Amino acid sequence: MSGKQAIKTIKEGAVSITIKNGYLRYLDSEEVIFKHLNVNIKAGVWTCILGRSGCGKSSLLRYLANLLEEKVLWKGKLTTAPLCDSKHEIAYMAQQDLLMPWLSVLDNVLLSTKFSATDKIKIQHEKAQDLLIKVGLSDKAHYLPQQLSGGMRQRVALARTLMQDKPIVLMDEPFSALDAVTRYRLQNLAYQLLQDKTVVLITHDPQEAIRLASQLYIMQGKPAYAELLSVPETKPPRDFDAQGAQLQQQIMHRLEQDYE
Amino acid sequence: MSDLKQVNIMLTQLKKKAHHSLPVLRLIISATVIISLWQAIVVIFEMPSFILPSPFSVFDKLIERAPVLLKHSWVTAQEIVLGLLLGLTMGLLFALQMLLFKPVKRWLLPILIASQAIPVFAIAPILMLWLGYGIASKIVMAALIIFFPITTCCYDGLRNTPVGYLDLAKTMGATKWQMLRHIQFPAALPTLASGIRVAVVIAPIGAVAGEWVGSSEGLGYLMLQANARMMIDEMFAALFILSALSVTLYFVADKLLKKFIYWQV
Repeated sequence: MSGKQAIKTIKEGAVSITIKNGYLRYLDSEEVIFKHLNVNIKAGVWTCILGRSGCGKSSLLRYLANLLEEKVLWKGKLTTAPLCDSKHEIAYMAQQDLLMPWLSVLDNVLLSTKFSATDKIKIQHEKAQDLLIKVGLSDKAHYLPQQLSGGMRQRVALARTLMQDKPIVLMDEPFSALDAVTRYRLQNLAYQLLQDKTVVLITHDPQEAIRLASQLYIMQGKPAYAELLSVPETKPPRDFDAQGAQLQQQIMHRLEQDYE
Repeated sequence: MSDLKQVNIMLTQLKKKAHHSLPVLRLIISATVIISLWQAIVVIFEMPSFILPSPFSVFDKLIERAPVLLKHSWVTAQEIVLGLLLGLTMGLLFALQMLLFKPVKRWLLPILIASQAIPVFAIAPILMLWLGYGIASKIVMAALIIFFPITTCCYDGLRNTPVGYLDLAKTMGATKWQMLRHIQFPAALPTLASGIRVAVVIAPIGAVAGEWVGSSEGLGYLMLQANARMMIDEMFAALFILSALSVTLYFVADKLLKKFIYWQV
């Protein structure tokens, strides 16, 4: 189907993830969330997984984030290349910004450093300040999160994710609670700042997926399976154009069938 | 038309100003109303002073017996504050244990609830027996009475950390202790604060009840003594100080908590 994408040289340190024949069921439920799931997440590019709410895409992401330990039955093969323990190599960004209300913007960016013993406090402070400049919030470093707008808060969350500096970034609809223009700007910013990372973005918005995906999977059915869709050959983040609109219409059509 | 607008704006500004000075004004007004009502009852129903003394004789007693009242207030204040500290520490430790060690919780929770089924007043004599007539037994009384609200509030607060916060910390590789220290505990503080507010109000009950059962000093002791000698005005004076003490303590605690939990509006 695809294969036409501009072949990127795999960036140094980037990690790819392959899932073969994935099967997942919550231990407290009989319902199988997904089955025969085959996903190949390429290194150093954005992979979008599209599906309607409740299709199991979040479960997949949470499994990759290692948040479902002891809660699910998993079968299948999950491999990374180069071989690594994926749970130490991921950063996670959720739909809510998850900023701690008692920490200043700067301290929120520094949150991950509280959990690892280090003596490079000064260097990390500088790094956090730099990241705040990159997301355009250097003047808000000492504000509390509740003094910021939704878009600003999600930008802080982005800076916090970048602070972790992990090769894999898992995003669970991080832009969905924002208004259209803020979302557009944040997509551009995130794309620009997460260039060399392997990004997995979960979304229910076909437009967002078409804008950002180098690889686009659609998840549907019960139990769900994933299918690779072709995306425009242009480089993301893409402008809205006729080709994108057409693709969006096709995807909508497919997702609609899932409701019957 | 524009004049009318101006007047309206001025009026709203005036209202805003009045709103600021309102708490003090309200206090003065309600105090005046209560005192005049009190005085009216005394005058109209010709109350004998050993049933209901007039507010003015109580006020006289407050000044006349100031050194004695102050000495006993100091004792009671100590009992309340130390009781609060002890109860708070115990409650926190208990809640932490229940959170961290699930089997402990299964054993401790029924005991905790059962312990609340026994009125503190009923075990007061035992406490006197074990801890003596001094200040220690009253501190324990006050601590026991606030132990339950503190424990439950703290436990609820710690247990109800938003799942997203925990997930985030987990993906960052936080250990159980780091999670507790950096995420769960701060997130629980607002809930714990409401427990502390309740505790501050009920701790004086424990201290005074302890003094009633057996003591040689404190406002509760003074009230019993005054009552026995039919010095009702002195009893009222002690009562007045006790409530003033409780109210002050509440407002101080409230202010401190608001300052400490700065992120809560």
